[in-house]
Amino acid sequence: MAQGEKVIVCDKLTKRFGDFIATNEITFEVNKGEIFGFLGANGAGKTTAMRMLCGLSTPSSGKASIAGFDVYTQTEQIKRNIGYMSQKFSLYENLTVKENIEFFGGIYGLTDQQIETKTEELLNRLGLKSEAKKLVGSLPLGWKQKLSFSVAILHEPKIVFLDEPTGGVDPVTRRQFWDLIYEAAERGITIFVTTHYMDEAEYCNRISIMVDGRIEVLDSPTNLKRSFGVSSMDEVFYQLARSAKRGD
Amino acid sequence: MKQFISFVRKEFYHVLRDRRTLLILFGMPIAQILLFGFALTNEVKDSEILVVDYAKDNASQQILTHIGASRYFKISKAALTQKEIMSTFQAGKIKAVVVIPVNFNEDLLHSNKAQIQLIADATDINTANMIINYLSAIILEYQNQINENLEIPYQIIPETRFLYNPQLKGAPGFVPGVMALVLMLVSVMMTAISIVREKETGTMEILLVSPFKPVLVIFAKAFPYLILSLINVTAILLLSVFVLDLPVKGSVPLLFAESTLFIITCLALGIFISIKTDSQQFAMLISLMGMLLPTMMFSGFLFPIENMPLPLQIISNMVPSKWYYIIVKSIMIKGLGFSSLWKETLILLGMTLFLLAISLKNFKIRLQ
Repeated sequence: MAQGEKVIVCDKLTKRFGDFIATNEITFEVNKGEIFGFLGANGAGKTTAMRMLCGLSTPSSGKASIAGFDVYTQTEQIKRNIGYMSQKFSLYENLTVKENIEFFGGIYGLTDQQIETKTEELLNRLGLKSEAKKLVGSLPLGWKQKLSFSVAILHEPKIVFLDEPTGGVDPVTRRQFWDLIYEAAERGITIFVTTHYMDEAEYCNRISIMVDGRIEVLDSPTNLKRSFGVSSMDEVFYQLARSAKRGD
Repeated sequence: MKQFISFVRKEFYHVLRDRRTLLILFGMPIAQILLFGFALTNEVKDSEILVVDYAKDNASQQILTHIGASRYFKISKAALTQKEIMSTFQAGKIKAVVVIPVNFNEDLLHSNKAQIQLIADATDINTANMIINYLSAIILEYQNQINENLEIPYQIIPETRFLYNPQLKGAPGFVPGVMALVLMLVSVMMTAISIVREKETGTMEILLVSPFKPVLVIFAKAFPYLILSLINVTAILLLSVFVLDLPVKGSVPLLFAESTLFIITCLALGIFISIKTDSQQFAMLISLMGMLLPTMMFSGFLFPIENMPLPLQIISNMVPSKWYYIIVKSIMIKGLGFSSLWKETLILLGMTLFLLAISLKNFKIRLQ
């Protein structure tokens, strides 16, 4: 997958809240079109790290650039070039499918023409054409999530950040969700995903596991399993998470 | 701009689809106006009136029959001196006294003019007003009746006195009060809730990650409520003019301009609350306790500020609705222009700017 171009570059990125170091000198790079799994137990510092990368939170020290833009000074440009899907369901329940797409297209500054073609394309791909005028709140959770992801990449961002995107979804729907992710990655969109599901970790090109604010390991799932001498990602994760000092 | 429009459109969808919001937005003002309007009317029914008839002649008897026939009053008669009249008021049972002077009929026949005295207990200003209005109307009706076939008309002049609160300070109209109340509720509470809701559902995060400027998010969220509040002002004014017969004496454009200013004050307050809170319930509670109660208590709408202890009077100056209430009352009832209201307007403007400034400052801090 490595095509040479690095879209996320982090160098000793740190965030302190008073005495507490939420994210401690994390250093890593993500290539264009890669699916990068960002793992860690609750409270390990994943969300803080992700917020810094999205330009929502200013780092305390260290360097990072997203799609070539600096996280300290160019947050505007960063926001234009990323998509984001949070663990909380992030569309408006009392708007219809179409209105949601129009709204998010609108705030990302797409023209009416663009929004129209994108809507058409998206509804076809998801097979939601007959549901376009239904309120999002009435859709099953799996569809909401797929729709949510599609809306997050509506403006063709360079990178999309997914914060536990498949929480509470059944395995079949999760599999379908990952099909969408692969499709997006093939189009050259870099995927940065956090998850608690280890089967999902296996789908990633490379994964990092955070423990107590640091990145402990970073490699492909196959290499990780080999170096830990275990057969599943679950065991890799357990071995690392057990050493954690921070609780929830 | 396109982004802003998308946002505002979305916000309108939210409001129009949420029945509860709609009900609060438009049902409440109408209900309040009607409630206040007709609750007050009902209060006048069967009011106890004392009649002191010094004349005891033909004309006075007829007037008293008219008053007695009305369903609004229950009359009792007594022969009392002026002093004794005052003391009956203090007992509190009597709402008003009608005094018909000696020689009433003769005055009427010979000089074509006679006086009749109406004294009302103005501690309850609205009731007093209502009673006096009804009594005057009944007397006028009688006058028209006896004048029907006459060339030189008789004139009965009701001489009105309000006891305890002669200038009727505090509230001839409740409409300005209801306006302050409704705008406070709609603008502060609705804005606060709608912003906090986005925080709760997680959509706020998505908006903050988007290139849409955070400050614009706030303004775009507040904007629809400005429009809706102005619609509310219009509805209340229409109701008060056409249903309650309370005309706007002063300039309507000025009234709308001042209302817009007050709405912006409220929106700023709502924004401030939404920045400081994280749950819809909490935002609602703060809006109700922190905004609605002071509005009811300190605007002068329900309780005259002049009668409050000094510390409370000072506190009342910090309540924006007090100033708005004064402004609306002056325009609607006294018909005053901007030249006599610039001070209140300036205070309101100052409050608005202050609230906006601290909201924006706090909003930035939150993003760090």
